[in-house]
Amino acid sequence: MLSAIWETEGLQTVGIVVLVFASIKLLHLLGLISFSEDSVEDELELSAVRHRPEGLEQLEAQTRFSRKELQILYRGFKNECPSGVVNEETFKDIYAQFFPQGDASTYAHFLFNAFDTDHNGSVSFEDFVMGLSILLRGTIQEKLNWAFNLYDINKDGYITKEEMLDIMKAIYDMMGKCTYPVLREETPRQHVEVFFQKMDKNKDGVVTIDEFIDCCQNDENIMRSMHLFENVL
Amino acid sequence: MAAGVAAWLPFARAAAIGWMPVANLPMPVAPIEKSKRQDELIILNVSGRRFQTWKNTLDRYPDTLLGSSEKEFFYNEETKEYFFDRDPDMFRSVLNFYRTGKLHYPRAECISSYDEELAFFGIIPEIIGDCCYEEYKDRKRENAERLMDDQEDNKDAKLPNMTLRETMWRAFENPHTSTMALVFYYVTGFFIAVSVITNVVETVPCGSSPNMKEVPCGERYTVAFFCMDTACVMIFTVEYLMRLFAAPSRYRFMRSVMSIIDVVAILPYYIGLVMTDNEDVSGAFVTLRVFRGLRILGYTLKSCASELGFLLFSLTMAIIIFATVMFYAEKGSSSSKFTSIPASFWYTIVTMTTLGYGDMVPKTIAGKIFGSICSLSGVLVIALPVPVIVSNFSRIYHQNQRADKRRAQKMQKARLARIRLSKAGSSNAFLHSKRNGLFNEALEFTEEQRLSKSTSLLESQHHHLLHCLEKTTVSAHKHTHIKPYNHEFVDEQYYQQSYLDSGLQNYPSRSPSLSSQEGVTGTCCTRRSKKLHSPLANASAPAQMQPLKQTHTHQQGLQELSTIHIQSLSTSRSSLNMRVDEQAPLNCQSSQITTAIISIPTPPVTTPEGDAHLPAGPTHQNVVKVSAL
Repeated sequence: MLSAIWETEGLQTVGIVVLVFASIKLLHLLGLISFSEDSVEDELELSAVRHRPEGLEQLEAQTRFSRKELQILYRGFKNECPSGVVNEETFKDIYAQFFPQGDASTYAHFLFNAFDTDHNGSVSFEDFVMGLSILLRGTIQEKLNWAFNLYDINKDGYITKEEMLDIMKAIYDMMGKCTYPVLREETPRQHVEVFFQKMDKNKDGVVTIDEFIDCCQNDENIMRSMHLFENVL
Repeated sequence: MAAGVAAWLPFARAAAIGWMPVANLPMPVAPIEKSKRQDELIILNVSGRRFQTWKNTLDRYPDTLLGSSEKEFFYNEETKEYFFDRDPDMFRSVLNFYRTGKLHYPRAECISSYDEELAFFGIIPEIIGDCCYEEYKDRKRENAERLMDDQEDNKDAKLPNMTLRETMWRAFENPHTSTMALVFYYVTGFFIAVSVITNVVETVPCGSSPNMKEVPCGERYTVAFFCMDTACVMIFTVEYLMRLFAAPSRYRFMRSVMSIIDVVAILPYYIGLVMTDNEDVSGAFVTLRVFRGLRILGYTLKSCASELGFLLFSLTMAIIIFATVMFYAEKGSSSSKFTSIPASFWYTIVTMTTLGYGDMVPKTIAGKIFGSICSLSGVLVIALPVPVIVSNFSRIYHQNQRADKRRAQKMQKARLARIRLSKAGSSNAFLHSKRNGLFNEALEFTEEQRLSKSTSLLESQHHHLLHCLEKTTVSAHKHTHIKPYNHEFVDEQYYQQSYLDSGLQNYPSRSPSLSSQEGVTGTCCTRRSKKLHSPLANASAPAQMQPLKQTHTHQQGLQELSTIHIQSLSTSRSSLNMRVDEQAPLNCQSSQITTAIISIPTPPVTTPEGDAHLPAGPTHQNVVKVSAL
């Protein structure tokens, strides 16, 4: 007798419990209530960043470009990035278009950090044009300095083997899979070994800026290739 | 190359300095810009409205009219501008394509005129941006359907002499073609109505004899009904046989739904003649003939098959779920009508369609709660696919209306004849004037040479960048005797083969494949762009097959080959094997292929003196024009 009552009661309780849970889930689905702390409205990112560069005269003074060249550069830059800044994603996209066979995102990340001199997460036109000024119109010293800065990932003044390996892997990643001969796992590592043997004079495992610049200045190929892109603009 | 890529190329090349300290091989020489041209403004005069833009902007897409030398045909000497006799409003979106890299479809424009403009300016419509592509496709499809309808009707009107069979078939399919067909259509329709009404009336109770219960009319006036039935069936049989005779493909006709309905409607009568037992069944089938008139509904249902299927599926799911829930909820209550789950199906269906007969009602609280949820969800589930079906129905209905509107065949014929006449007149005049005017036009070719150079310059700069990357990734083995070689881009087919026979020391010709012109392609080593040979390279192809070797002083024995590959149909690679040390020129007479072709400026010969003289002659002859968008 009792069991029959309990049966009916039990079923009813179960039904009511299921109903309550279902309604809570429905409300959650509709977005009326939320369980976790972070709400959905955090999606409002700073997408409306607008950046205006310094005046033309100041940029002319700071870089080695002529007025006309700065104009051309800015027009192209503004056309591609109407908001005035480039973020890392755009960098990676651009590089992916140039090197479609491989994965250019790691190298683009390092390059982005090298251009973003004030480390605020975005490259403004000033950063862009100052980087280009060094690369295209700078002295050999400045160019080598820039390259060192690129390789030194944590910007501590020393290039360690791990940093170099990261950079090397990033470069080899850009080549992609389909190369002749086939890229093997240890190829970047061997390349790093060669590099360190050439550059690390006192064999202390790191390459400092002076070692780097010295060694590069004694290497003809590197010297010649530094002048390679001078007529880019 | 996409606009974005072209603009960032100087940046990418500058950043390539970052590879230089790492590389062990010397880099190839950069392509030289022969003429440092200042960026200049171009004036485009489109039917009086002047547009101005930078020359660089137009050069971004060398595949189109404005980006190539084709626009020189439109150059006006006196006013020093390019004149196009086209619609200025639509030119706006064309020019915006050059400026922003995205092509938009202006919704206010007619789709076919827009297509013509795009074709004139050499832009393929597939690159319309995602924001406008759906709309474009929809309008295009609508237009195509309308044109097809037009064509079908014209086809109907045009055939002059057809056999009797074809005339009959046309008459049956489309009653509007001739008056005879219309009459026939109405007569058969009338008889269908008569037979259906007869069927209905047969079952009505029709007065009664005093000592018997009510009899349906069919049993009372058997003879009359039998005569009516016979007449109708006669007519239907004759019509069916005529259709069968006229059908172009008898087998297909017999399989079609309408004919099956006809057969099913006629046959029971004959069966009833032979076996005098089952008369009731035949009556039901006659009612099916009503479907003949409901063609539109049939097409609608056919076109909405997926939505109907979805509706059915969701309803079935819901019914099963709710029936199960109701059964278990009502299990406890005594004298419950919900004896089994299938028994609850009936309740669920009646509730979800909001019928609510009331023969089965839940008694427990849980049952009532779930029953209410069931009825609410039923409304939703059934209401969802209905708008889709309705919109499909209206589209088909309007199409049919349009077809019906063209009843006046004679007027249509006259209209077509008039249009044809005017077209012929105008085209004759045009040809005449063109023949006269052609010799008066002056074509301007001064800038053509430079233009062709500039397009190839962009590509050659990109190639140079990739070549530098190749040079950077050198694999140098210190302790083995394998000669060091740098990595090169190869296409996928070759990569697989080389992967398989990597033990061999074969050095097949490389074929770096470029597809960056099309942006991110997503697959490894794709080779999509069609490559054009510059005429110079083609003419002196055998001479150019000399591989240009270079010895690297730091790593001995490294040799490189610069080759031009010719695209052909067979893809065997057997004759591409070349050993590294061979000095013989590549035998290009064997028409073996690799697909992607690239131009590689010859790297400088490194001498201890350090001055690099590059062979300037062949360098630019190896430059290959790449056509891409």
